Amino acid sequence: MIKNTKPVDTLFIYLLRLADSNLILSQRLCELCGDAPSLEEELAISNVALDLIGQAKNWYEYASELDPLKRTADHLAFRRDAHEFYNVLLVEQKNGNFAETITRQFFFDAWHLSILESLQDSKDERIKSIASKAVKEVSYHLRRSSQWMIRLGDGTELSHEKMQSAINQLWRFTGELITSDHLEDALERDGLIPDPRKIFGLWKHSIETVLSQAKLVNPDYDAWMYKGGKQGEHTELLGFILAEMQYLQRAYPDAKVW
Amino acid sequence: MQKYGRPSPKSLIDNTPYQNSTKKQILATDILGDLSKPLEYDETSIWQVLTQVQDPEIPTVSIVDLGIVRSVSLSLRQISVEVTPTYSGCPATDLINDLILEALSHAGYWNIKIEQVLSPAWTSDFITSTGRKKLVDAGIAPPKGLVSKSSLIDREISCPHCNSENTRLLSEFGSTACKALYQCHDCREAFDYFKCI
Ligand SMILES: [Zn+2]
Repeated sequence: MIKNTKPVDTLFIYLLRLADSNLILSQRLCELCGDAPSLEEELAISNVALDLIGQAKNWYEYASELDPLKRTADHLAFRRDAHEFYNVLLVEQKNGNFAETITRQFFFDAWHLSILESLQDSKDERIKSIASKAVKEVSYHLRRSSQWMIRLGDGTELSHEKMQSAINQLWRFTGELITSDHLEDALERDGLIPDPRKIFGLWKHSIETVLSQAKLVNPDYDAWMYKGGKQGEHTELLGFILAEMQYLQRAYPDAKVW
Repeated sequence: MQKYGRPSPKSLIDNTPYQNSTKKQILATDILGDLSKPLEYDETSIWQVLTQVQDPEIPTVSIVDLGIVRSVSLSLRQISVEVTPTYSGCPATDLINDLILEALSHAGYWNIKIEQVLSPAWTSDFITSTGRKKLVDAGIAPPKGLVSKSSLIDREISCPHCNSENTRLLSEFGSTACKALYQCHDCREAFDYFKCI
Protein backbone atom coordinates (compact mmCIF):
# COMPACT_ATOMS: atom_id res chain seq x y z
CA MET A 1 0.00 0.00 0.00
CA ILE A 2 2.88 2.34 0.77
CA LYS A 3 4.68 1.33 -2.43
CA ASN A 4 4.25 3.41 -5.59
CA THR A 5 3.01 6.42 -3.74
CA LYS A 6 3.39 9.92 -5.07
CA PRO A 7 5.97 12.21 -3.38
CA VAL A 8 3.38 14.03 -1.29
CA ASP A 9 1.94 10.74 -0.07
CA THR A 10 5.46 9.67 0.83
CA LEU A 11 5.97 12.74 2.97
CA PHE A 12 2.47 12.28 4.41
CA ILE A 13 3.33 8.76 5.57
CA TYR A 14 6.64 9.92 6.99
CA LEU A 15 4.96 12.68 8.99
CA LEU A 16 2.54 10.07 10.36
CA ARG A 17 5.49 7.93 11.44
CA LEU A 18 6.84 10.82 13.48
CA ALA A 19 3.43 11.80 14.84
CA ASP A 20 2.29 8.25 15.63
CA SER A 21 5.48 7.33 17.50
CA ASN A 22 5.07 10.45 19.62
CA LEU A 23 1.38 9.88 20.25
CA ILE A 24 1.64 6.21 21.19
CA LEU A 25 4.57 6.78 23.54
CA SER A 26 2.68 9.68 25.06
CA GLN A 27 -0.36 7.45 25.61
CA ARG A 28 1.83 4.80 27.24
CA LEU A 29 3.36 7.38 29.56
CA CYS A 30 -0.08 8.69 30.49
CA GLU A 31 -0.92 5.23 31.84
CA LEU A 32 1.57 6.08 34.61
CA CYS A 33 -0.31 9.19 35.64
CA GLY A 34 -1.29 8.50 39.24
CA ASP A 35 0.86 5.39 39.24
CA ALA A 36 4.48 6.59 39.06
CA PRO A 37 7.06 5.60 41.71
CA SER A 38 7.34 9.14 43.12
CA LEU A 39 5.68 12.52 42.79
CA GLU A 40 8.68 14.03 40.97
CA GLU A 41 8.66 11.18 38.47
CA GLU A 42 4.95 11.53 38.00
CA LEU A 43 5.43 15.19 37.07
CA ALA A 44 8.35 14.41 34.82
CA ILE A 45 6.57 11.58 33.01
CA SER A 46 3.42 13.65 32.50
CA ASN A 47 5.41 16.60 31.24
CA VAL A 48 7.34 14.45 28.78
CA ALA A 49 4.03 12.98 27.59
CA LEU A 50 2.65 16.49 27.15
CA ASP A 51 5.65 17.62 25.10
CA LEU A 52 5.30 14.53 22.92
CA ILE A 53 1.62 15.09 22.30
CA GLY A 54 2.21 18.76 21.45
CA GLN A 55 4.85 17.80 18.91
CA ALA A 56 2.54 15.08 17.56
CA LYS A 57 -0.15 17.70 17.08
CA ASN A 58 2.22 19.82 15.01
CA TRP A 59 3.15 16.83 12.83
CA TYR A 60 -0.50 15.73 12.45
CA GLU A 61 -1.56 19.22 11.42
CA TYR A 62 1.04 19.25 8.68
CA ALA A 63 0.15 15.69 7.67
CA SER A 64 -3.51 16.67 7.56
CA GLU A 65 -2.73 19.33 4.96
CA LEU A 66 -1.04 16.71 2.76
CA ASP A 67 -3.57 13.96 3.35
CA PRO A 68 -5.09 12.73 0.06
CA LEU A 69 -8.23 11.92 2.06
CA LYS A 70 -8.30 15.40 3.68
CA ARG A 71 -8.71 14.11 7.21
CA THR A 72 -8.25 16.51 10.14
CA ALA A 73 -5.43 16.15 12.68
CA ASP A 74 -7.92 14.80 15.22
CA HIS A 75 -9.24 12.30 12.74
CA LEU A 76 -5.73 11.07 11.98
CA ALA A 77 -5.02 10.57 15.66
CA PHE A 78 -8.31 9.12 16.82
CA ARG A 79 -10.09 7.49 13.92
CA ARG A 80 -7.46 5.32 12.22
CA ASP A 81 -7.05 1.60 12.84
CA ALA A 82 -3.91 -0.19 14.02
CA HIS A 83 -2.73 -1.18 10.52
CA GLU A 84 -2.82 2.50 9.51
CA PHE A 85 -0.55 3.51 12.39
CA TYR A 86 3.14 3.84 11.49
CA ASN A 87 4.76 4.22 14.92
CA VAL A 88 7.89 2.23 15.73
CA LEU A 89 7.28 -0.96 17.71
CA LEU A 90 9.43 0.24 20.61
CA VAL A 91 6.89 2.83 21.77
CA GLU A 92 3.95 0.44 21.99
CA GLN A 93 5.80 -1.91 24.37
CA LYS A 94 4.41 -2.06 27.89
CA ASN A 95 5.63 0.24 30.64
CA GLY A 96 6.74 -2.84 32.60
CA ASN A 97 8.83 -2.00 35.65
CA PHE A 98 10.55 1.36 36.04
CA ALA A 99 13.77 0.00 34.50
CA GLU A 100 11.82 -0.93 31.37
CA THR A 101 9.95 2.41 31.24
CA ILE A 102 13.22 4.34 31.50
CA THR A 103 15.12 2.13 29.05
CA ARG A 104 12.36 2.43 26.45
CA GLN A 105 12.39 6.20 26.99
CA PHE A 106 16.17 6.41 26.74
CA PHE A 107 16.35 4.45 23.47
CA PHE A 108 13.57 6.61 22.07
CA ASP A 109 14.96 9.95 23.34
CA ALA A 110 18.42 9.21 21.94
CA TRP A 111 16.88 8.54 18.52
CA HIS A 112 14.39 11.40 18.82
CA LEU A 113 17.02 14.02 19.57
CA SER A 114 19.23 12.75 16.72
CA ILE A 115 16.44 12.85 14.17
CA LEU A 116 15.08 16.24 15.29
CA GLU A 117 18.51 17.86 15.27
CA SER A 118 19.00 16.64 11.73
CA LEU A 119 15.50 17.58 10.57
CA GLN A 120 16.39 21.18 11.39
CA ASP A 121 18.37 21.07 8.12
CA SER A 122 15.43 19.80 6.08
CA LYS A 123 14.62 21.58 2.82
CA ASP A 124 11.02 21.72 3.99
CA GLU A 125 10.44 24.91 6.02
CA ARG A 126 7.52 23.47 7.97
CA ILE A 127 9.50 20.39 9.03
CA LYS A 128 12.36 22.68 10.02
CA SER A 129 10.20 24.86 12.25
CA ILE A 130 8.44 21.96 14.01
CA ALA A 131 11.78 20.19 14.59
CA SER A 132 13.52 23.35 15.86
CA LYS A 133 10.79 23.79 18.43
CA ALA A 134 10.79 20.13 19.51
CA VAL A 135 14.55 19.73 19.69
CA LYS A 136 14.83 21.95 22.76
CA GLU A 137 12.17 19.99 24.61
CA VAL A 138 13.66 16.63 23.70
CA SER A 139 17.14 17.65 24.87
CA TYR A 140 15.62 17.79 28.37
CA HIS A 141 13.94 14.40 27.87
CA LEU A 142 17.24 12.78 26.92
CA ARG A 143 19.06 14.38 29.81
CA ARG A 144 16.52 12.98 32.26
CA SER A 145 16.43 9.45 30.85
CA SER A 146 20.25 9.35 30.57
CA GLN A 147 20.60 10.34 34.21
CA TRP A 148 18.28 7.55 35.27
CA MET A 149 20.14 5.01 33.10
CA ILE A 150 23.40 5.97 34.84
CA ARG A 151 21.94 6.18 38.33
CA LEU A 152 20.22 2.80 38.14
CA GLY A 153 22.79 1.03 35.96
CA ASP A 154 25.62 2.09 38.23
CA GLY A 155 23.46 1.73 41.36
CA THR A 156 22.83 -1.33 43.47
CA GLU A 157 23.32 -4.89 42.32
CA LEU A 158 19.55 -5.28 41.93
CA SER A 159 19.01 -2.04 40.00
CA HIS A 160 21.93 -2.91 37.72
CA GLU A 161 20.50 -6.33 37.04
CA LYS A 162 17.05 -4.92 36.25
CA MET A 163 18.47 -2.30 33.90
CA GLN A 164 20.57 -4.83 32.01
CA SER A 165 17.60 -7.11 31.65
CA ALA A 166 15.43 -4.22 30.37
CA ILE A 167 18.10 -3.33 27.81
CA ASN A 168 18.42 -6.92 26.63
CA GLN A 169 14.69 -7.20 26.31
CA LEU A 170 14.02 -3.94 24.48
CA TRP A 171 17.09 -3.91 22.26
CA ARG A 172 15.37 -5.98 19.56
CA PHE A 173 12.95 -3.10 18.96
CA THR A 174 15.65 -0.52 18.27
CA GLY A 175 16.62 -1.69 14.78
CA GLU A 176 13.63 0.04 13.27
CA LEU A 177 14.70 3.42 14.62
CA ILE A 178 17.95 3.44 12.72
CA THR A 179 17.30 1.59 9.49
CA SER A 180 15.51 3.20 6.59
CA ASP A 181 13.16 1.78 3.99
CA HIS A 182 12.55 2.84 0.36
CA LEU A 183 10.14 5.54 1.50
CA GLU A 184 12.68 7.22 3.76
CA ASP A 185 15.41 6.76 1.15
CA ALA A 186 13.29 8.67 -1.36
CA LEU A 187 12.71 11.53 1.07
CA GLU A 188 16.40 11.62 1.89
CA ARG A 189 17.28 11.94 -1.82
CA ASP A 190 14.97 14.96 -1.97
CA GLY A 191 16.77 16.54 1.00
CA LEU A 192 13.67 16.42 3.19
CA ILE A 193 15.03 14.07 5.83
CA PRO A 194 18.58 13.20 6.93
CA ASP A 195 20.78 10.32 5.84
CA PRO A 196 19.91 7.32 8.05
CA ARG A 197 23.61 6.57 8.48
CA LYS A 198 24.03 9.95 10.11
CA ILE A 199 21.15 9.18 12.50
CA PHE A 200 22.67 5.80 13.29
CA GLY A 201 26.01 7.49 14.09
CA LEU A 202 24.43 10.03 16.43
CA TRP A 203 22.22 7.44 18.09
CA LYS A 204 25.08 4.99 18.59
CA HIS A 205 27.20 7.72 20.14
CA SER A 206 24.47 8.59 22.69
CA ILE A 207 23.84 4.96 23.54
CA GLU A 208 27.48 4.06 23.96
CA THR A 209 28.35 7.12 26.03
CA VAL A 210 25.53 6.56 28.49
CA LEU A 211 25.70 2.77 28.73
CA SER A 212 29.42 2.81 29.41
CA GLN A 213 28.96 5.43 32.15
CA ALA A 214 26.13 3.32 33.53
CA LYS A 215 28.42 0.25 33.49
CA LEU A 216 25.86 -1.58 31.37
CA VAL A 217 26.63 -3.95 28.51
CA ASN A 218 25.94 -2.53 25.05
CA PRO A 219 24.18 -5.24 23.01
CA ASP A 220 25.18 -6.14 19.49
CA TYR A 221 23.95 -3.84 16.69
CA ASP A 222 23.72 -6.84 14.38
CA ALA A 223 21.37 -8.70 16.67
CA TRP A 224 18.07 -9.87 15.20
CA MET A 225 15.55 -7.04 15.22
CA TYR A 226 11.78 -6.78 15.08
CA LYS A 227 10.53 -4.59 12.25
CA GLY A 228 7.31 -3.54 10.60
CA GLY A 229 5.85 -0.82 12.81
CA LYS A 230 6.76 1.90 10.33
CA GLN A 231 4.92 -0.10 7.65
CA GLY A 232 1.81 -0.61 9.76
CA GLU A 233 2.55 -4.13 11.05
CA HIS A 234 2.33 -4.05 14.79
CA THR A 235 2.62 -6.21 17.87
CA GLU A 236 -0.67 -7.24 19.45
CA LEU A 237 -0.23 -4.44 22.00
CA LEU A 238 -1.19 -1.56 19.74
CA GLY A 239 -4.84 -2.60 19.38
CA PHE A 240 -5.36 -2.37 23.13
CA ILE A 241 -3.73 1.06 23.29
CA LEU A 242 -5.94 2.37 20.49
CA ALA A 243 -9.06 0.84 22.00
CA GLU A 244 -8.55 2.90 25.12
CA MET A 245 -7.19 6.03 23.45
CA GLN A 246 -9.81 6.24 20.69
CA TYR A 247 -12.86 5.06 22.58
CA LEU A 248 -14.47 8.45 23.13
CA GLN A 249 -13.88 9.82 19.65
CA ARG A 250 -15.18 6.64 18.08
CA ALA A 251 -18.21 6.36 20.35
CA TYR A 252 -19.16 10.01 19.76
CA PRO A 253 -17.67 10.96 16.41
CA ASP A 254 -17.54 14.70 15.68
CA ALA A 255 -18.91 15.56 19.13
CA LYS A 256 -18.42 19.26 19.79
CA VAL A 257 -19.15 19.34 23.51
CA TRP A 258 -17.58 16.82 25.86
CA MET B 1 -8.84 56.25 18.72
CA GLN B 2 -12.26 55.24 17.62
CA LYS B 3 -14.13 52.61 19.58
CA TYR B 4 -16.86 50.36 18.38
CA GLY B 5 -18.52 49.01 21.48
CA ARG B 6 -18.16 45.80 23.35
CA PRO B 7 -19.21 42.29 22.48
CA SER B 8 -20.26 40.19 25.43
CA PRO B 9 -17.57 37.71 26.50
CA LYS B 10 -20.13 34.92 26.34
CA SER B 11 -20.68 35.31 22.63
CA LEU B 12 -16.93 34.97 22.12
CA ILE B 13 -16.76 31.73 24.00
CA ASP B 14 -19.80 30.14 22.45
CA ASN B 15 -18.83 30.88 18.90
CA THR B 16 -15.09 30.47 18.82
CA PRO B 17 -14.55 28.94 15.39
CA TYR B 18 -11.29 27.22 16.31
CA GLN B 19 -12.83 24.39 18.31
CA ASN B 20 -11.53 22.44 15.38
CA SER B 21 -7.85 22.33 16.25
CA THR B 22 -6.68 22.33 12.65
CA LYS B 23 -8.03 25.80 12.08
CA LYS B 24 -5.44 28.32 13.10
CA GLN B 25 -6.93 31.64 12.21
CA ILE B 26 -9.50 33.27 14.37
CA LEU B 27 -11.45 36.03 12.77
CA ALA B 28 -13.40 38.25 15.09
CA THR B 29 -15.58 39.23 12.14
CA ASP B 30 -16.98 35.73 12.33
CA ILE B 31 -18.31 36.75 15.70
CA LEU B 32 -18.92 40.46 15.42
CA GLY B 33 -20.42 40.73 11.99
CA ASP B 34 -19.77 43.10 9.16
CA LEU B 35 -17.83 46.31 9.60
CA SER B 36 -18.69 49.22 7.41
CA LYS B 37 -16.06 51.71 8.48
CA PRO B 38 -12.29 51.44 8.28
CA LEU B 39 -10.77 51.33 11.76
CA GLU B 40 -8.31 53.71 13.31
CA TYR B 41 -5.89 51.84 15.49
CA ASP B 42 -2.36 52.36 16.58
CA GLU B 43 0.10 49.65 17.46
CA THR B 44 1.30 51.13 20.73
CA SER B 45 -2.11 51.08 22.33
CA ILE B 46 -2.66 47.51 21.16
CA TRP B 47 0.61 46.47 22.81
CA GLN B 48 -0.57 48.26 25.96
CA VAL B 49 -3.73 46.16 26.02
CA LEU B 50 -1.75 42.97 25.46
CA THR B 51 0.58 43.88 28.33
CA GLN B 52 -2.45 43.60 30.60
CA VAL B 53 -3.08 39.99 29.56
CA GLN B 54 -1.57 37.67 32.18
CA ASP B 55 -0.18 34.25 31.42
CA PRO B 56 -2.73 31.72 32.74
CA GLU B 57 -0.05 29.55 34.32
CA ILE B 58 2.03 32.36 35.84
CA PRO B 59 -0.60 35.02 36.50
CA THR B 60 1.85 37.71 37.62
CA VAL B 61 3.62 37.87 34.27
CA SER B 62 2.04 39.20 31.09
CA ILE B 63 2.12 37.36 27.80
CA VAL B 64 4.13 40.25 26.37
CA ASP B 65 6.78 39.95 29.09
CA LEU B 66 6.98 36.21 28.48
CA GLY B 67 7.64 36.88 24.81
CA ILE B 68 4.62 34.91 23.65
CA VAL B 69 3.32 37.80 21.54
CA ARG B 70 5.70 38.04 18.60
CA SER B 71 4.19 40.82 16.56
CA VAL B 72 1.25 43.11 16.11
CA SER B 73 0.48 44.40 12.67
CA LEU B 74 -2.27 46.50 11.24
CA SER B 75 -3.79 46.50 7.86
CA LEU B 76 -6.63 48.73 6.77
CA ARG B 77 -9.30 46.49 8.24
CA GLN B 78 -7.54 44.04 10.47
CA ILE B 79 -5.35 43.62 13.54
CA SER B 80 -3.01 40.63 13.27
CA VAL B 81 -1.44 39.30 16.43
CA GLU B 82 1.24 36.63 16.08
CA VAL B 83 1.69 34.37 19.07
CA THR B 84 4.11 31.52 19.63
CA PRO B 85 3.71 28.72 22.18
CA THR B 86 6.39 28.38 24.86
CA TYR B 87 6.28 24.59 24.52
CA SER B 88 4.83 22.43 21.72
CA GLY B 89 2.40 20.88 24.18
CA CYS B 90 1.56 24.02 26.12
CA PRO B 91 -2.04 23.37 27.22
CA ALA B 92 -2.66 27.11 27.69
CA THR B 93 -2.30 27.95 24.00
CA ASP B 94 -6.01 28.05 23.22
CA LEU B 95 -6.80 29.85 26.46
CA ILE B 96 -4.20 32.51 25.69
CA ASN B 97 -5.84 33.10 22.31
CA ASP B 98 -9.19 33.50 24.08
CA LEU B 99 -7.69 35.95 26.56
CA ILE B 100 -6.12 38.06 23.81
CA LEU B 101 -9.37 38.16 21.89
CA GLU B 102 -11.30 39.04 25.01
CA ALA B 103 -8.91 41.79 26.13
CA LEU B 104 -8.79 43.45 22.72
CA SER B 105 -12.54 43.20 22.27
CA HIS B 106 -13.15 44.72 25.67
CA ALA B 107 -10.81 47.56 24.81
CA GLY B 108 -13.02 48.23 21.82
CA TYR B 109 -11.03 46.57 19.08
CA TRP B 110 -12.41 44.11 16.64
CA ASN B 111 -11.53 42.39 13.44
CA ILE B 112 -8.70 40.63 15.22
CA LYS B 113 -6.78 37.77 13.72
CA ILE B 114 -4.59 35.62 15.96
CA GLU B 115 -1.98 33.54 14.24
CA GLN B 116 0.17 30.78 15.70
CA VAL B 117 3.78 30.91 14.57
CA LEU B 118 6.36 28.20 15.33
CA SER B 119 9.35 29.86 13.75
CA PRO B 120 11.49 31.29 15.20
CA ALA B 121 10.88 28.86 18.04
CA TRP B 122 10.14 30.49 21.39
CA THR B 123 13.17 30.75 23.63
CA SER B 124 13.45 31.88 27.23
CA ASP B 125 15.67 34.67 25.80
CA PHE B 126 12.38 36.30 24.72
CA ILE B 127 11.41 36.95 28.36
CA THR B 128 11.86 40.68 29.04
CA SER B 129 13.78 42.11 31.99
CA THR B 130 10.44 43.17 33.52
CA GLY B 131 9.25 39.59 33.06
CA ARG B 132 12.34 38.25 34.81
CA LYS B 133 11.80 40.57 37.78
CA LYS B 134 8.17 39.55 38.06
CA LEU B 135 9.13 35.88 38.02
CA VAL B 136 11.43 36.43 41.01
CA ASP B 137 8.62 38.30 42.80
CA ALA B 138 6.41 35.26 42.22
CA GLY B 139 9.06 33.00 43.81
CA ILE B 140 10.16 31.53 40.48
CA ALA B 141 13.83 31.62 39.53
CA PRO B 142 14.09 33.18 36.06
CA PRO B 143 16.04 31.44 33.30
CA LYS B 144 19.73 31.87 33.92
CA GLY B 145 21.66 33.59 31.16
CA LEU B 146 20.83 33.54 27.49
CA VAL B 147 20.34 30.37 25.49
CA SER B 148 21.91 32.04 22.48
CA LYS B 149 25.15 32.53 24.40
CA SER B 150 25.70 29.19 26.11
CA SER B 151 24.51 25.63 26.44
CA LEU B 152 20.92 24.87 27.40
CA ILE B 153 21.56 22.96 30.56
CA ASP B 154 23.90 22.57 33.52
CA ARG B 155 24.11 25.89 35.29
CA GLU B 156 24.02 27.14 38.86
CA ILE B 157 20.57 28.39 39.73
CA SER B 158 20.06 31.10 42.35
CA CYS B 159 17.34 30.74 44.95
CA PRO B 160 14.60 33.36 44.36
CA HIS B 161 14.04 33.63 48.12
CA CYS B 162 17.55 34.17 49.53
CA ASN B 163 19.69 34.53 46.39
CA SER B 164 21.96 31.65 47.38
CA GLU B 165 23.56 29.67 44.57
CA ASN B 166 23.83 26.66 46.83
CA THR B 167 20.88 24.86 45.27
CA ARG B 168 20.13 21.44 43.84
CA LEU B 169 17.86 20.06 41.15
CA LEU B 170 14.98 18.03 42.60
CA SER B 171 13.27 17.25 39.33
CA GLU B 172 13.83 18.12 35.70
CA PHE B 173 10.14 18.90 35.40
CA GLY B 174 8.12 21.02 37.80
CA SER B 175 4.53 22.19 38.03
CA THR B 176 4.45 22.98 34.30
CA ALA B 177 6.55 21.88 31.32
CA CYS B 178 8.45 25.17 31.33
CA LYS B 179 9.69 24.80 34.90
CA ALA B 180 12.08 22.54 36.83
CA LEU B 181 11.94 21.95 40.58
CA TYR B 182 14.91 23.02 42.72
CA GLN B 183 15.71 23.20 46.40
CA CYS B 184 17.88 25.74 48.21
CA HIS B 185 20.43 24.27 50.65
CA ASP B 186 20.60 27.52 52.62
CA CYS B 187 16.98 28.51 53.23
CA ARG B 188 15.71 24.96 52.56
CA GLU B 189 12.86 26.22 50.39
CA ALA B 190 11.87 24.33 47.27
CA PHE B 191 11.30 26.57 44.27
CA ASP B 192 10.40 26.52 40.60
CA TYR B 193 13.03 27.39 38.04
CA PHE B 194 11.90 28.68 34.67
CA LYS B 195 14.03 26.56 32.36
CA CYS B 196 16.34 27.89 29.71
CA ILE B 197 15.08 26.62 26.45
ZN1 LIG C 1 17.24 30.06 49.47
